[in-house]
Amino acid sequence: MEFQIAFSGFVAVYIFMLAGFAGWVIIGGVPAILHTPLMSGSNFVHGIVVVGGIFALLNASTVQEQVIGFFAVLLGAGNAAGGYAVTDRMLAMFQPSGPKAHKGKRRHAKSSHLKKS
Amino acid sequence: MLAIIPQLAIGAADLAAAFLFMYGLKRMSSPVTAPSGIFVAGIGMAAAVVASFLYAFGVSAAARPFLMVNIALAVVALGLGGGLAWWSGRKVVMTSMPQMVALYNGMGGGAAGAIAAVELLGDKAQGMTQLVVTLIGALIGAVSLSGSLIAWAKLDRVIKKPLRVPGQQAFNAVVMLATLAVGGYIVFVTLASATPLIAMPGLIYLFFACALVFGVLMTLPIGGADMPVVISIYNAFTGLAVGLEGFVLQNPALMIAGMVVGAAGMLLTLLMAKAMNRSVSNILFTNFGATAKHKQTDIKGSLKPTEASDAGIFMRYASSVIIVPGYGLAISQGQQKLYEFVKLLQAAGVSVKFAIHPVAGRMPGQMDVLLAEAGVPYDLIFQLEDINDEFANTDVALVIGANDVVNPAARTEKSSPIFGMPILNADKAKKVYVVKRGDGKGYAGIQNALFYGDNCEMVYGDAQAVLVKMIEAVRGLGLSAAA
Repeated sequence: MEFQIAFSGFVAVYIFMLAGFAGWVIIGGVPAILHTPLMSGSNFVHGIVVVGGIFALLNASTVQEQVIGFFAVLLGAGNAAGGYAVTDRMLAMFQPSGPKAHKGKRRHAKSSHLKKS
Repeated sequence: MLAIIPQLAIGAADLAAAFLFMYGLKRMSSPVTAPSGIFVAGIGMAAAVVASFLYAFGVSAAARPFLMVNIALAVVALGLGGGLAWWSGRKVVMTSMPQMVALYNGMGGGAAGAIAAVELLGDKAQGMTQLVVTLIGALIGAVSLSGSLIAWAKLDRVIKKPLRVPGQQAFNAVVMLATLAVGGYIVFVTLASATPLIAMPGLIYLFFACALVFGVLMTLPIGGADMPVVISIYNAFTGLAVGLEGFVLQNPALMIAGMVVGAAGMLLTLLMAKAMNRSVSNILFTNFGATAKHKQTDIKGSLKPTEASDAGIFMRYASSVIIVPGYGLAISQGQQKLYEFVKLLQAAGVSVKFAIHPVAGRMPGQMDVLLAEAGVPYDLIFQLEDINDEFANTDVALVIGANDVVNPAARTEKSSPIFGMPILNADKAKKVYVVKRGDGKGYAGIQNALFYGDNCEMVYGDAQAVLVKMIEAVRGLGLSAAA
Protein backbone atom coordinates (compact mmCIF):
# COMPACT_ATOMS: atom_id res chain seq x y z
CA MET A 1 0.00 0.00 0.00
CA GLU A 2 1.16 3.50 -0.71
CA PHE A 3 -0.20 6.64 0.92
CA GLN A 4 2.21 9.13 -0.57
CA ILE A 5 0.30 11.79 -2.46
CA ALA A 6 1.98 14.20 -4.82
CA PHE A 7 0.89 17.82 -4.41
CA SER A 8 1.91 18.82 -7.85
CA GLY A 9 0.49 21.08 -10.53
CA PHE A 10 -3.00 22.35 -9.99
CA VAL A 11 -3.51 20.43 -6.72
CA ALA A 12 -0.80 22.57 -5.14
CA VAL A 13 -2.31 25.72 -6.60
CA TYR A 14 -5.72 24.74 -5.20
CA ILE A 15 -4.22 24.19 -1.75
CA PHE A 16 -2.46 27.56 -1.88
CA MET A 17 -5.60 29.32 -3.08
CA LEU A 18 -7.87 27.83 -0.41
CA ALA A 19 -5.32 28.36 2.38
CA GLY A 20 -4.76 31.94 1.30
CA PHE A 21 -8.48 32.59 1.25
CA ALA A 22 -8.87 30.99 4.67
CA GLY A 23 -6.13 33.21 6.09
CA TRP A 24 -7.72 36.32 4.62
CA VAL A 25 -11.15 35.48 6.06
CA ILE A 26 -9.86 34.39 9.47
CA ILE A 27 -7.84 37.55 10.00
CA GLY A 28 -10.55 39.79 8.55
CA GLY A 29 -12.63 39.25 11.68
CA VAL A 30 -9.98 40.29 14.17
CA PRO A 31 -10.56 43.59 16.01
CA ALA A 32 -7.77 46.20 15.94
CA ILE A 33 -7.23 45.71 19.68
CA LEU A 34 -5.72 42.28 18.92
CA HIS A 35 -3.60 43.24 15.91
CA THR A 36 -0.25 43.02 17.70
CA PRO A 37 -0.88 39.62 19.30
CA LEU A 38 -2.26 38.48 15.98
CA MET A 39 0.82 39.51 14.03
CA SER A 40 2.87 37.70 16.63
CA GLY A 41 0.50 34.71 16.53
CA SER A 42 0.72 34.36 12.76
CA ASN A 43 4.47 34.77 13.16
CA PHE A 44 4.35 31.73 15.47
CA VAL A 45 2.33 29.74 12.93
CA HIS A 46 4.97 30.00 10.22
CA GLY A 47 7.38 28.57 12.77
CA ILE A 48 6.09 25.24 11.37
CA VAL A 49 9.02 25.68 9.01
CA VAL A 50 11.02 23.87 11.71
CA VAL A 51 9.37 20.65 10.54
CA GLY A 52 10.83 21.20 7.08
CA GLY A 53 14.18 21.91 8.70
CA ILE A 54 14.08 18.61 10.60
CA PHE A 55 13.23 16.79 7.36
CA ALA A 56 16.15 18.44 5.58
CA LEU A 57 18.58 17.75 8.43
CA LEU A 58 17.60 14.08 8.81
CA ASN A 59 18.18 13.61 5.08
CA ALA A 60 21.52 15.43 5.08
CA SER A 61 24.34 13.35 3.64
CA THR A 62 27.23 15.85 3.54
CA VAL A 63 28.78 18.08 6.18
CA GLN A 64 27.63 21.13 4.25
CA GLU A 65 24.03 19.91 4.31
CA GLN A 66 24.32 19.03 7.99
CA VAL A 67 25.54 22.54 8.85
CA ILE A 68 22.84 24.32 6.84
CA GLY A 69 20.19 21.87 8.06
CA PHE A 70 21.30 22.48 11.64
CA PHE A 71 20.76 26.21 11.16
CA ALA A 72 17.38 25.60 9.53
CA VAL A 73 16.21 23.72 12.62
CA LEU A 74 17.85 26.21 14.98
CA LEU A 75 16.22 29.23 13.35
CA GLY A 76 12.87 27.49 12.85
CA ALA A 77 12.78 26.41 16.49
CA GLY A 78 13.58 29.99 17.51
CA ASN A 79 10.74 31.28 15.37
CA ALA A 80 8.24 28.84 16.87
CA ALA A 81 9.29 29.05 20.52
CA GLY A 82 9.81 32.81 20.57
CA GLY A 83 6.57 33.46 18.70
CA TYR A 84 4.65 31.32 21.16
CA ALA A 85 6.26 32.89 24.23
CA VAL A 86 5.51 36.51 23.30
CA THR A 87 2.03 35.81 21.93
CA ASP A 88 1.01 33.89 25.03
CA ARG A 89 2.34 36.65 27.28
CA MET A 90 0.48 39.36 25.41
CA LEU A 91 -2.81 37.50 25.27
CA ALA A 92 -2.74 36.58 28.94
CA MET A 93 -2.79 40.30 29.76
CA PHE A 94 -6.16 40.97 28.20
CA GLN A 95 -8.61 40.93 31.07
CA PRO A 96 -12.21 42.14 31.25
CA SER A 97 -13.25 44.48 34.08
CA GLY A 98 -15.39 43.32 36.98
CA PRO A 99 -15.15 40.16 39.08
CA LYS A 100 -14.14 38.04 36.10
CA ALA A 101 -10.75 39.74 36.16
CA HIS A 102 -9.67 37.64 39.12
CA LYS A 103 -10.60 34.41 37.42
CA GLY A 104 -7.83 34.90 34.83
CA LYS A 105 -5.51 31.95 35.16
CA ARG A 106 -1.90 32.86 34.52
CA ARG A 107 -1.05 36.50 35.06
CA HIS A 108 2.68 36.29 34.33
CA ALA A 109 3.39 38.57 37.23
CA LYS A 110 7.10 38.20 36.78
CA SER A 111 7.04 39.76 33.31
CA SER A 112 8.10 42.99 34.90
CA HIS A 113 7.13 46.01 32.89
CA LEU A 114 9.14 48.65 34.62
CA LYS A 115 12.58 47.47 33.70
CA LYS A 116 14.35 49.81 31.40
CA SER A 117 12.93 49.67 27.93
CA MET B 1 10.44 4.94 1.05
CA LEU B 2 8.79 5.68 4.32
CA ALA B 3 7.26 2.69 6.10
CA ILE B 4 3.50 2.81 6.28
CA ILE B 5 2.99 3.43 10.04
CA PRO B 6 5.36 6.43 10.44
CA GLN B 7 4.01 7.81 7.19
CA LEU B 8 0.45 7.69 8.49
CA ALA B 9 1.48 9.17 11.84
CA ILE B 10 3.25 12.10 10.18
CA GLY B 11 0.31 12.66 7.87
CA ALA B 12 -2.16 12.65 10.77
CA ALA B 13 -0.01 14.98 12.90
CA ASP B 14 0.43 17.44 10.02
CA LEU B 15 -3.29 17.37 9.28
CA ALA B 16 -4.05 18.06 12.94
CA ALA B 17 -1.48 20.88 12.97
CA ALA B 18 -2.96 22.55 9.89
CA PHE B 19 -6.44 22.39 11.42
CA LEU B 20 -5.33 23.58 14.86
CA PHE B 21 -3.38 26.53 13.38
CA MET B 22 -6.44 27.84 11.57
CA TYR B 23 -8.76 27.09 14.49
CA GLY B 24 -6.31 28.79 16.87
CA LEU B 25 -6.01 31.90 14.71
CA LYS B 26 -9.80 32.03 14.50
CA ARG B 27 -10.07 31.91 18.29
CA MET B 28 -7.65 34.85 18.47
CA SER B 29 -10.31 37.03 16.88
CA SER B 30 -11.82 37.83 20.29
CA PRO B 31 -10.07 38.83 23.51
CA VAL B 32 -12.20 36.30 25.41
CA THR B 33 -11.05 33.24 23.47
CA ALA B 34 -7.65 34.54 22.33
CA PRO B 35 -5.40 33.00 25.04
CA SER B 36 -6.81 29.55 24.29
CA GLY B 37 -6.25 30.26 20.60
CA ILE B 38 -2.48 30.40 20.90
CA PHE B 39 -2.57 27.31 23.16
CA VAL B 40 -4.52 25.36 20.54
CA ALA B 41 -2.05 26.40 17.85
CA GLY B 42 0.81 25.43 20.17
CA ILE B 43 -0.54 21.87 20.49
CA GLY B 44 -0.61 21.61 16.72
CA MET B 45 3.00 22.77 16.53
CA ALA B 46 4.16 20.32 19.21
CA ALA B 47 2.42 17.41 17.48
CA ALA B 48 3.94 18.27 14.10
CA VAL B 49 7.47 18.68 15.52
CA VAL B 50 7.37 15.40 17.46
CA ALA B 51 5.96 13.52 14.46
CA SER B 52 8.60 14.98 12.15
CA PHE B 53 11.25 12.82 13.83
CA LEU B 54 9.48 9.84 12.27
CA TYR B 55 11.02 11.00 8.99
CA ALA B 56 14.05 9.11 10.35
CA PHE B 57 12.35 5.89 9.18
CA GLY B 58 12.42 6.98 5.59
CA VAL B 59 15.69 8.79 4.95
CA SER B 60 17.46 8.38 1.65
CA ALA B 61 20.13 5.70 1.37
CA ALA B 62 22.87 8.33 1.15
CA ALA B 63 21.87 9.86 4.46
CA ARG B 64 21.45 6.58 6.38
CA PRO B 65 25.02 6.39 7.74
CA PHE B 66 24.62 9.88 9.22
CA LEU B 67 21.20 9.27 10.72
CA MET B 68 22.19 9.05 14.40
CA VAL B 69 24.38 12.16 14.15
CA ASN B 70 21.63 14.01 12.32
CA ILE B 71 19.01 13.10 14.92
CA ALA B 72 21.35 14.30 17.66
CA LEU B 73 22.00 17.54 15.72
CA ALA B 74 18.27 18.09 15.30
CA VAL B 75 17.61 17.62 19.01
CA VAL B 76 20.43 20.01 19.91
CA ALA B 77 19.27 22.61 17.40
CA LEU B 78 15.67 22.34 18.65
CA GLY B 79 16.71 22.70 22.26
CA LEU B 80 19.19 25.50 21.64
CA GLY B 81 17.09 27.60 19.25
CA GLY B 82 13.82 26.94 21.05
CA GLY B 83 15.31 27.45 24.51
CA LEU B 84 17.08 30.73 23.72
CA ALA B 85 14.06 32.18 21.92
CA TRP B 86 11.68 31.05 24.67
CA TRP B 87 13.89 32.63 27.33
CA SER B 88 14.22 35.93 25.44
CA GLY B 89 10.50 35.99 24.64
CA ARG B 90 9.61 35.54 28.31
CA LYS B 91 11.98 38.24 29.49
CA VAL B 92 11.53 41.00 26.90
CA VAL B 93 9.69 44.13 28.05
CA MET B 94 6.38 44.84 26.36
CA THR B 95 7.54 48.05 24.70
CA SER B 96 10.26 46.05 22.92
CA MET B 97 7.73 43.60 21.52
CA PRO B 98 7.81 44.84 17.90
CA GLN B 99 11.54 44.21 17.52
CA MET B 100 11.22 40.75 19.06
CA VAL B 101 8.51 39.86 16.55
CA ALA B 102 10.85 41.15 13.83
CA LEU B 103 13.67 38.97 15.13
CA TYR B 104 11.60 35.77 15.36
CA ASN B 105 10.17 36.50 11.94
CA GLY B 106 13.65 36.87 10.48
CA MET B 107 14.53 33.47 11.99
CA GLY B 108 11.57 31.89 10.18
CA GLY B 109 12.66 33.46 6.90
CA GLY B 110 16.20 32.23 7.51
CA ALA B 111 14.95 28.71 8.18
CA ALA B 112 12.97 28.71 4.92
CA GLY B 113 16.04 30.00 3.08
CA ALA B 114 18.26 27.34 4.68
CA ILE B 115 15.88 24.56 3.64
CA ALA B 116 15.98 25.90 0.10
CA ALA B 117 19.78 25.97 0.28
CA VAL B 118 19.92 22.30 1.28
CA GLU B 119 17.59 21.40 -1.58
CA LEU B 120 19.58 23.45 -4.09
CA LEU B 121 23.07 22.41 -3.01
CA GLY B 122 22.05 18.75 -2.86
CA ASP B 123 20.49 19.12 -6.31
CA LYS B 124 17.29 17.58 -4.92
CA ALA B 125 14.73 19.63 -6.79
CA GLN B 126 13.13 17.64 -9.58
CA GLY B 127 12.07 19.40 -12.73
CA MET B 128 11.62 23.01 -13.60
CA THR B 129 8.58 23.73 -11.39
CA GLN B 130 10.25 22.51 -8.22
CA LEU B 131 13.48 24.29 -9.03
CA VAL B 132 11.79 27.61 -9.74
CA VAL B 133 9.59 27.36 -6.63
CA THR B 134 12.63 26.53 -4.50
CA LEU B 135 14.46 29.57 -5.83
CA ILE B 136 11.51 31.92 -5.31
CA GLY B 137 11.07 30.61 -1.77
CA ALA B 138 14.79 31.04 -1.16
CA LEU B 139 14.68 34.63 -2.47
CA ILE B 140 11.69 35.62 -0.33
CA GLY B 141 13.04 33.85 2.74
CA ALA B 142 16.46 35.47 2.44
CA VAL B 143 15.00 38.96 1.89
CA SER B 144 12.76 38.41 4.91
CA LEU B 145 15.75 37.34 7.02
CA SER B 146 18.06 40.25 6.29
CA GLY B 147 15.21 42.78 6.09
CA SER B 148 13.79 41.68 9.44
CA LEU B 149 17.23 41.98 11.03
CA ILE B 150 17.52 45.57 9.78
CA ALA B 151 13.99 46.27 11.06
CA TRP B 152 15.01 44.83 14.42
CA ALA B 153 18.15 46.99 14.49
CA LYS B 154 16.16 50.11 13.68
CA LEU B 155 13.50 49.47 16.31
CA ASP B 156 16.12 48.56 18.88
CA ARG B 157 17.98 51.78 18.05
CA VAL B 158 21.11 49.96 16.93
CA ILE B 159 20.63 51.84 13.65
CA LYS B 160 19.36 55.29 14.48
CA LYS B 161 18.79 57.06 11.19
CA PRO B 162 17.36 55.96 7.88
CA LEU B 163 20.13 55.72 5.32
CA ARG B 164 19.25 57.54 2.12
CA VAL B 165 21.48 58.30 -0.80
CA PRO B 166 20.60 59.64 -4.25
CA GLY B 167 19.86 56.98 -6.81
CA GLN B 168 19.22 54.43 -4.10
CA GLN B 169 16.07 53.04 -5.64
CA ALA B 170 17.69 52.58 -9.01
CA PHE B 171 20.57 50.76 -7.33
CA ASN B 172 18.15 48.56 -5.37
CA ALA B 173 16.36 47.70 -8.60
CA VAL B 174 19.69 46.69 -10.14
CA VAL B 175 20.45 44.39 -7.20
CA MET B 176 16.97 42.87 -7.50
CA LEU B 177 17.45 42.27 -11.23
CA ALA B 178 20.88 40.78 -10.60
CA THR B 179 19.35 38.36 -8.07
CA LEU B 180 16.69 37.32 -10.56
CA ALA B 181 19.30 36.98 -13.28
CA VAL B 182 21.44 34.67 -11.15
CA GLY B 183 18.33 32.65 -10.27
CA GLY B 184 17.34 32.41 -13.92
CA TYR B 185 20.87 31.34 -14.82
CA ILE B 186 20.73 28.57 -12.20
CA VAL B 187 17.50 27.27 -13.77
CA PHE B 188 19.01 27.45 -17.26
CA VAL B 189 22.23 25.69 -16.27
CA THR B 190 20.40 22.93 -14.40
CA LEU B 191 17.79 22.22 -17.07
CA ALA B 192 20.13 22.47 -20.04
CA SER B 193 22.91 20.63 -18.17
CA ALA B 194 25.22 23.37 -19.45
CA THR B 195 28.58 24.15 -17.88
CA PRO B 196 28.12 27.26 -15.70
CA LEU B 197 30.60 30.15 -15.72
CA ILE B 198 30.97 29.75 -11.99
CA ALA B 199 30.84 26.28 -10.40
CA MET B 200 27.38 25.42 -9.09
CA PRO B 201 27.75 25.87 -5.32
CA GLY B 202 29.34 29.27 -5.99
CA LEU B 203 26.39 30.28 -8.14
CA ILE B 204 23.94 29.30 -5.41
CA TYR B 205 25.93 31.22 -2.79
CA LEU B 206 25.95 34.24 -5.09
CA PHE B 207 22.17 33.99 -5.42
CA PHE B 208 21.70 33.98 -1.65
CA ALA B 209 24.20 36.81 -1.18
CA CYS B 210 22.35 39.00 -3.69
CA ALA B 211 19.00 38.25 -2.03
CA LEU B 212 20.34 39.04 1.45
CA VAL B 213 21.91 42.29 0.25
CA PHE B 214 18.64 43.28 -1.41
CA GLY B 215 16.76 42.75 1.88
CA VAL B 216 19.22 45.06 3.65
CA LEU B 217 19.14 47.75 0.95
CA MET B 218 15.37 47.70 0.71
CA THR B 219 14.89 48.21 4.46
CA LEU B 220 17.64 50.73 5.21
CA PRO B 221 15.96 53.85 3.77
CA ILE B 222 12.64 53.26 5.53
CA GLY B 223 12.08 55.37 8.64
CA GLY B 224 11.80 53.79 12.08
CA ALA B 225 8.16 54.83 12.47
CA ASP B 226 7.20 52.83 9.39
CA MET B 227 8.87 49.66 10.66
CA PRO B 228 5.63 48.05 11.93
CA VAL B 229 4.26 47.95 8.41
CA VAL B 230 7.58 46.61 7.17
CA ILE B 231 7.59 43.87 9.81
CA SER B 232 4.07 42.95 8.80
CA ILE B 233 5.17 42.67 5.17
CA TYR B 234 8.13 40.49 6.11
CA ASN B 235 5.80 38.39 8.24
CA ALA B 236 3.72 37.75 5.14
CA PHE B 237 6.91 37.14 3.12
CA THR B 238 8.14 34.50 5.55
CA GLY B 239 4.75 32.82 5.43
CA LEU B 240 4.94 32.76 1.65
CA ALA B 241 8.49 31.38 1.68
CA VAL B 242 7.48 28.66 4.14
CA GLY B 243 4.48 27.76 1.96
CA LEU B 244 6.66 27.50 -1.16
CA GLU B 245 9.31 25.38 0.57
CA GLY B 246 6.42 23.24 1.85
CA PHE B 247 5.51 22.57 -1.77
CA VAL B 248 9.12 21.62 -2.55
CA LEU B 249 9.20 19.22 0.42
CA GLN B 250 5.68 18.00 -0.46
CA ASN B 251 4.53 18.85 3.05
CA PRO B 252 0.90 20.07 3.10
CA ALA B 253 1.12 21.40 6.68
CA LEU B 254 3.87 23.83 5.65
CA MET B 255 1.99 24.74 2.49
CA ILE B 256 -1.24 25.53 4.35
CA ALA B 257 0.27 27.23 7.41
CA GLY B 258 2.61 29.28 5.24
CA MET B 259 -0.05 30.43 2.86
CA VAL B 260 -2.55 31.22 5.65
CA VAL B 261 0.08 33.47 7.23
CA GLY B 262 1.03 34.92 3.86
CA ALA B 263 -2.55 36.00 3.17
CA ALA B 264 -3.21 37.09 6.75
CA GLY B 265 -0.01 39.11 6.84
CA MET B 266 -0.89 40.84 3.58
CA LEU B 267 -4.35 41.78 4.87
CA LEU B 268 -2.87 43.04 8.13
CA THR B 269 -0.33 45.12 6.19
CA LEU B 270 -3.08 46.71 4.12
CA LEU B 271 -5.13 47.48 7.25
CA MET B 272 -2.13 49.16 8.86
CA ALA B 273 -1.24 51.18 5.79
CA LYS B 274 -4.87 52.30 5.51
CA ALA B 275 -4.86 53.44 9.14
CA MET B 276 -1.78 55.55 8.37
CA ASN B 277 -3.46 56.95 5.27
CA ARG B 278 -0.69 55.70 3.04
CA SER B 279 -0.29 53.03 0.44
CA VAL B 280 2.12 50.16 0.98
CA SER B 281 4.23 51.25 -1.99
CA ASN B 282 4.35 54.76 -0.55
CA ILE B 283 5.79 53.38 2.68
CA LEU B 284 8.33 51.18 0.91
CA PHE B 285 9.53 53.56 -1.77
CA THR B 286 9.11 57.14 -0.58
CA ASN B 287 10.78 58.90 2.27
CA PHE B 288 8.06 60.24 4.49
CA GLY B 289 10.27 62.81 6.17
CA ALA B 290 11.05 64.40 2.83
CA THR B 291 7.44 64.84 1.75
CA ALA B 292 6.48 66.44 5.06
CA LYS B 293 8.36 69.64 4.30
CA HIS B 294 5.56 71.78 2.97
CA LYS B 295 4.54 75.37 3.54
CA GLN B 296 2.30 75.52 6.52
CA THR B 297 -0.44 78.03 7.12
CA ASP B 298 0.13 79.86 10.37
CA ILE B 299 -2.03 78.80 13.23
CA LYS B 300 -3.82 81.50 15.17
CA GLY B 301 -4.00 81.46 18.93
CA SER B 302 -1.46 80.59 21.56
CA LEU B 303 -0.32 77.68 23.67
CA LYS B 304 -1.77 77.85 27.17
CA PRO B 305 0.31 76.02 29.75
CA THR B 306 -1.26 74.78 32.96
CA GLU B 307 -0.27 72.85 36.07
CA ALA B 308 -0.69 69.07 36.26
CA SER B 309 -2.45 69.36 39.61
CA ASP B 310 -5.06 71.81 38.24
CA ALA B 311 -5.75 69.52 35.31
CA GLY B 312 -6.05 66.52 37.61
CA ILE B 313 -8.54 68.24 39.88
CA PHE B 314 -10.56 69.53 36.92
CA MET B 315 -10.93 65.96 35.68
CA ARG B 316 -11.88 64.75 39.17
CA TYR B 317 -14.96 66.98 39.01
CA ALA B 318 -15.82 66.26 35.38
CA SER B 319 -18.46 63.68 34.59
CA SER B 320 -16.78 62.10 31.60
CA VAL B 321 -13.15 61.79 30.43
CA ILE B 322 -11.73 60.19 27.31
CA ILE B 323 -8.02 59.42 27.37
CA VAL B 324 -6.01 59.39 24.14
CA PRO B 325 -2.69 57.65 24.81
CA GLY B 326 0.22 57.78 22.37
CA TYR B 327 3.74 56.49 22.18
CA GLY B 328 4.98 59.25 24.50
CA LEU B 329 3.14 57.47 27.30
CA ALA B 330 4.90 54.21 26.52
CA ILE B 331 8.31 55.92 26.34
CA SER B 332 7.91 57.28 29.85
CA GLN B 333 6.47 53.92 31.04
CA GLY B 334 3.50 55.79 32.49
CA GLN B 335 0.79 53.18 31.82
CA GLN B 336 0.67 51.97 35.43
CA LYS B 337 0.34 55.48 36.79
CA LEU B 338 -2.27 56.28 34.18
CA TYR B 339 -4.44 53.37 35.29
CA GLU B 340 -3.95 54.37 38.93
CA PHE B 341 -5.21 57.85 38.03
CA VAL B 342 -8.13 56.35 36.09
CA LYS B 343 -9.12 54.22 39.08
CA LEU B 344 -9.13 57.36 41.26
CA LEU B 345 -11.40 59.12 38.75
CA GLN B 346 -13.68 56.10 38.55
CA ALA B 347 -13.92 55.98 42.34
CA ALA B 348 -15.07 59.60 42.20
CA GLY B 349 -17.83 58.66 39.78
CA VAL B 350 -16.19 59.90 36.58
CA SER B 351 -16.88 57.88 33.45
CA VAL B 352 -13.49 57.12 31.88
CA LYS B 353 -12.80 55.59 28.47
CA PHE B 354 -9.67 55.04 26.43
CA ALA B 355 -9.61 55.96 22.75
CA ILE B 356 -7.00 54.14 20.71
CA HIS B 357 -5.92 55.27 17.28
CA PRO B 358 -5.10 52.38 14.94
CA VAL B 359 -1.46 53.45 14.69
CA ALA B 360 -0.92 54.40 18.32
CA GLY B 361 2.34 52.88 19.50
CA ARG B 362 4.94 51.33 17.27
CA MET B 363 2.80 48.51 16.01
CA PRO B 364 -0.97 48.41 15.37
CA GLY B 365 -2.60 47.36 18.59
CA GLN B 366 0.56 47.77 20.63
CA MET B 367 -1.04 50.47 22.79
CA ASP B 368 -3.84 48.03 23.60
CA VAL B 369 -1.26 45.50 24.76
CA LEU B 370 0.59 48.07 26.86
CA LEU B 371 -2.64 49.19 28.56
CA ALA B 372 -3.68 45.59 29.11
CA GLU B 373 -0.30 44.95 30.70
CA ALA B 374 -0.93 47.80 33.14
CA GLY B 375 -4.19 46.09 34.09
CA VAL B 376 -6.67 48.23 32.14
CA PRO B 377 -9.70 46.03 31.37
CA TYR B 378 -10.31 45.71 27.65
CA ASP B 379 -13.92 46.86 27.92
CA LEU B 380 -12.67 50.38 28.76
CA ILE B 381 -10.63 50.47 25.55
CA PHE B 382 -12.37 51.74 22.43
CA GLN B 383 -11.19 51.90 18.85
CA LEU B 384 -11.43 55.03 16.73
CA GLU B 385 -14.64 54.27 14.87
CA ASP B 386 -16.46 53.23 18.04
CA ILE B 387 -15.69 56.30 20.11
CA ASN B 388 -15.13 59.21 17.76
CA ASP B 389 -18.71 60.52 17.98
CA GLU B 390 -18.55 60.60 21.77
CA PHE B 391 -15.91 63.34 22.06
CA ALA B 392 -18.51 66.07 21.37
CA ASN B 393 -20.46 65.01 24.46
CA THR B 394 -17.43 64.55 26.67
CA ASP B 395 -16.18 66.97 29.32
CA VAL B 396 -12.46 66.32 29.03
CA ALA B 397 -10.18 64.74 26.45
CA LEU B 398 -6.80 63.90 27.99
CA VAL B 399 -4.16 63.50 25.27
CA ILE B 400 -1.00 61.85 26.60
CA GLY B 401 2.03 61.61 24.38
CA ALA B 402 0.00 61.61 21.18
CA ASN B 403 0.20 64.28 18.49
CA ASP B 404 -0.48 63.55 14.83
CA VAL B 405 -3.40 61.23 15.58
CA VAL B 406 -5.37 64.14 17.07
CA ASN B 407 -4.28 66.81 14.56
CA PRO B 408 -7.38 68.44 13.02
CA ALA B 409 -5.28 69.34 9.97
CA ALA B 410 -6.02 65.81 8.78
CA ARG B 411 -9.64 66.89 8.34
CA THR B 412 -9.22 70.39 6.96
CA GLU B 413 -5.82 71.18 5.51
CA LYS B 414 -5.48 69.71 2.03
CA SER B 415 -1.76 70.48 1.77
CA SER B 416 -0.95 68.61 4.98
CA PRO B 417 0.92 65.31 4.64
CA ILE B 418 -1.57 63.71 6.99
CA PHE B 419 -4.64 65.06 5.16
CA GLY B 420 -7.30 62.37 4.98
CA MET B 421 -5.87 60.24 7.78
CA PRO B 422 -8.61 59.24 10.21
CA ILE B 423 -8.01 61.09 13.48
CA LEU B 424 -9.50 61.05 16.94
CA ASN B 425 -11.80 64.06 17.39
CA ALA B 426 -10.23 65.15 20.67
CA ASP B 427 -10.64 68.80 19.65
CA LYS B 428 -14.43 68.42 19.84
CA ALA B 429 -14.41 67.74 23.58
CA LYS B 430 -15.43 70.61 25.87
CA LYS B 431 -11.97 70.73 27.41
CA VAL B 432 -8.70 69.26 26.17
CA TYR B 433 -5.57 68.63 28.20
CA VAL B 434 -2.42 67.71 26.30
CA VAL B 435 0.44 66.12 28.23
CA LYS B 436 3.64 66.68 26.28
CA ARG B 437 7.33 66.92 26.97
CA GLY B 438 7.81 70.14 25.02
CA ASP B 439 6.66 72.12 22.02
CA GLY B 440 8.15 69.59 19.62
CA LYS B 441 6.29 68.44 16.58
CA GLY B 442 4.95 64.96 16.01
CA TYR B 443 6.39 62.31 13.77
CA ALA B 444 4.91 64.00 10.70
CA GLY B 445 6.82 67.17 11.60
CA ILE B 446 3.83 69.51 11.47
CA GLN B 447 2.17 71.92 13.86
CA ASN B 448 -0.98 70.80 15.61
CA ALA B 449 -3.88 73.29 15.58
CA LEU B 450 -5.52 71.36 18.41
CA PHE B 451 -2.91 72.69 20.86
CA TYR B 452 -3.79 76.28 19.96
CA GLY B 453 -7.55 75.85 20.37
CA ASP B 454 -9.49 77.88 22.93
CA ASN B 455 -10.55 74.74 24.77
CA CYS B 456 -7.02 73.32 25.02
CA GLU B 457 -4.43 73.61 27.78
CA MET B 458 -0.93 72.15 27.75
CA VAL B 459 0.59 70.22 30.64
CA TYR B 460 4.33 70.06 30.01
CA GLY B 461 6.46 67.29 31.39
CA ASP B 462 7.26 63.61 31.23
CA ALA B 463 4.00 61.64 31.10
CA GLN B 464 4.74 59.53 34.15
CA ALA B 465 5.83 62.53 36.27
CA VAL B 466 2.73 64.48 35.23
CA LEU B 467 0.47 61.57 36.14
CA VAL B 468 2.11 61.26 39.55
CA LYS B 469 1.33 64.93 40.19
CA MET B 470 -2.26 64.47 39.04
CA ILE B 471 -2.69 61.48 41.34
CA GLU B 472 -1.26 63.42 44.30
CA ALA B 473 -3.57 66.37 43.60
CA VAL B 474 -6.69 64.22 43.41
CA ARG B 475 -5.67 62.19 46.48
CA GLY B 476 -5.00 65.44 48.34
CA LEU B 477 -8.55 66.63 48.01
CA GLY B 478 -9.99 63.15 48.24
CA LEU B 479 -10.29 63.35 52.03
CA SER B 480 -12.20 66.60 52.11
CA ALA B 481 -14.28 65.66 49.08
CA ALA B 482 -15.34 62.40 50.65
CA ALA B 483 -16.54 64.12 53.81
